[in-house]
Amino acid sequence: MAAPKVERFSSALIPLPAENVDTDQIVPARYLKVVVKSGLADALFHDWRFNEDGTKKTPPFVLDDPRYAGRGILVAGDNFGTGSSREHAPWALDAFGIKAVISTSFADIFKNNALKNGILPISVDATVHSQLMDVARSGDAAQVSVDLASAALTTPGGAVVKFAIDPFAQKMLLGGLDELDFVRSKEADIEAHERAHPGTVNTKAPQAAK
Amino acid sequence: MPPPRWGGAPLWYARSMAKTIVQKIWDQHVVSQDEGAPAILAIDLHLIHEVTSPQAFTGLRTRGLKVRRPDKTVATADHSIPTTPRNLPIADEMAATQVKQLETNCNEFGIPLHGWESPNQGIVHVIGPELGLTQPGATIVCGDSHTATHGAFGALAFGIGTSEVEMVLATQCLLQRTPKTYLVRVDGKLQKGVSAKDIILALIARIGVGGGTGHVFEYAGEAIRALSMEERMTICNMSIEGGARAGLVAPDETTFAYLKGRPHAPQGAAWDEAVARWKQLPSDPGATYDKEIVIDANTLEPMVTYGTNPGMGLPISGSVPDPATESDPASARALTRALEYMDLTAGQSILNQPVNTVFIGSCTNGRISDLRIAAAVLKGKHVASGVRVMVVPGSADVKRQAEREGLDTIFRDAGADWREAGCSMCIAMNGDQLAPGEYAISTSNRNFEGRQGKGGRTFLASPLTAAATALSGRITDPRTLA
Ligand code: SF4
Repeated sequence: MAAPKVERFSSALIPLPAENVDTDQIVPARYLKVVVKSGLADALFHDWRFNEDGTKKTPPFVLDDPRYAGRGILVAGDNFGTGSSREHAPWALDAFGIKAVISTSFADIFKNNALKNGILPISVDATVHSQLMDVARSGDAAQVSVDLASAALTTPGGAVVKFAIDPFAQKMLLGGLDELDFVRSKEADIEAHERAHPGTVNTKAPQAAK
Repeated sequence: MPPPRWGGAPLWYARSMAKTIVQKIWDQHVVSQDEGAPAILAIDLHLIHEVTSPQAFTGLRTRGLKVRRPDKTVATADHSIPTTPRNLPIADEMAATQVKQLETNCNEFGIPLHGWESPNQGIVHVIGPELGLTQPGATIVCGDSHTATHGAFGALAFGIGTSEVEMVLATQCLLQRTPKTYLVRVDGKLQKGVSAKDIILALIARIGVGGGTGHVFEYAGEAIRALSMEERMTICNMSIEGGARAGLVAPDETTFAYLKGRPHAPQGAAWDEAVARWKQLPSDPGATYDKEIVIDANTLEPMVTYGTNPGMGLPISGSVPDPATESDPASARALTRALEYMDLTAGQSILNQPVNTVFIGSCTNGRISDLRIAAAVLKGKHVASGVRVMVVPGSADVKRQAEREGLDTIFRDAGADWREAGCSMCIAMNGDQLAPGEYAISTSNRNFEGRQGKGGRTFLASPLTAAATALSGRITDPRTLA
């Protein structure tokens, strides 16, 4: 199974100056009735982008603003991805061409889900964040480059800013390695643990007479 | 030896003598841990539903893998199914396909399914406890952020994404970093008219929707001990609304009494052994936490949200905050936008705000005790004219019990709609939804923009406050009920 491989990329920025952007905004629930991962590009931020009749809003939402067309790094407010566990959120970001989201913090489940899909949740401090947000809002096409191996981004001004990333996720993404393969390689440990801890949960056999 | 951790080891590893319940459960479930890698954590119970699982099963097929432990996996259909009578087919084609896909997947991989026509069907977080599958000390996961509900039993329970669902299906394990711990101590006693829902809404209003990020809440204190299991579930359920993936309550006699005799609970000698083990779980005296907060239950009022995230809540006698008095510009912007969306005015009181719809249900407040509370308010009365009241039991079992007690008749006589079990208007995937601009008071857990229908506006509150509001059609303080 091909795992996403990420090394470095650069892009100009898209501003999304909202805090606590929840996954119900990223992909509204009615788009969760799918049984595949693909085809979610139009579901992304759907209700912020489209009118009731399916036409785009005027003025357009940032993702549809010609000034930001083709850009792959979103700069969003604090606690991005709060709410539900739907992995449809990173699937939709990916389908739209977003490679990274820069914020001051991320909700836990979103962060995990994003990393598993090769989308980098990049946390920076408030000062760097507001600088990047200013650049993004100005519409400036200056590029920010992201280098995963050194866990650093280079701002349009040339400053190199380190960001925190789980070193394991970093290794997986750099190598295009598969987490499930990694866990499966620990079969002996899993078996030993199962033998030592049989547990009392059994979904197949009711244990008490009703 | 403390495991390596991204961003420094949590405090509890540094003082390893006295352990928290989280640390105890964690230690018992670590299969192995490579240097620099997250722990491989064994999972005791994996809950599945139709919305977040299909792509995971596709992944298994692509890889040619089986489900490792179907006996530790259980499925139900809850999110996209209609709550109209079960003898009607699912009209929405996509929802029907999704439910059918779940059946196919469960059959093919040997997973027990409480499907949409089963007598045990229900919201995944309602049926786990009901069936006795949710047990103290267990690790429980589901592709659903409200999995924290199961923490009420002293289980470490949290939501995962679909890639992780695939991993658990294949290996019955998960890669996890050790979480930090956050003690939420609720002292004192709740006043009349104030409930578990108000405790959790008050906590989230205080710490914000990101306040618990990276942490597991442990709810403790006199007011928590006094709660029933269903009330504890209401609190743990909304841990994620405070940013914490998990929240739990140490098991006690209340827990054991709830669990005893349930279909999947251990019985006989196995029960006694299990209880003896579970009694070792509570946090040791002197155990330390990464964060702590104390809430005084005595001073809590019924809570209601006014904005577009669950942290935007206030005591029911309070007034809507003013963005002009917010010192942080980002918060002021967020508040301005929320008030615009909700069409509320800064400084207005939240009491007497009219609503179009009342929704009583969800994995937060769709259990039998919630329905009893609502029915007691509505008994012999009628809901305000023009107000739609939907009562949706959390499970088929809750529905049967309510009907045995005659609650359905009380609701119907009061002019409320009595439905089949499911998530319904909590997530509005199944056609149960608000029209654009409509207001609802809802016992569910999320008031995000469009959560209950595109353009719909949600006030979150307790079943008691929601039922009181149903009678007047305006947000009503349940303490003023005769
Ligand atoms: S009732 Fe609502 S919150 Fe609970 S599982 Fe269903 S959709 Fe999710």
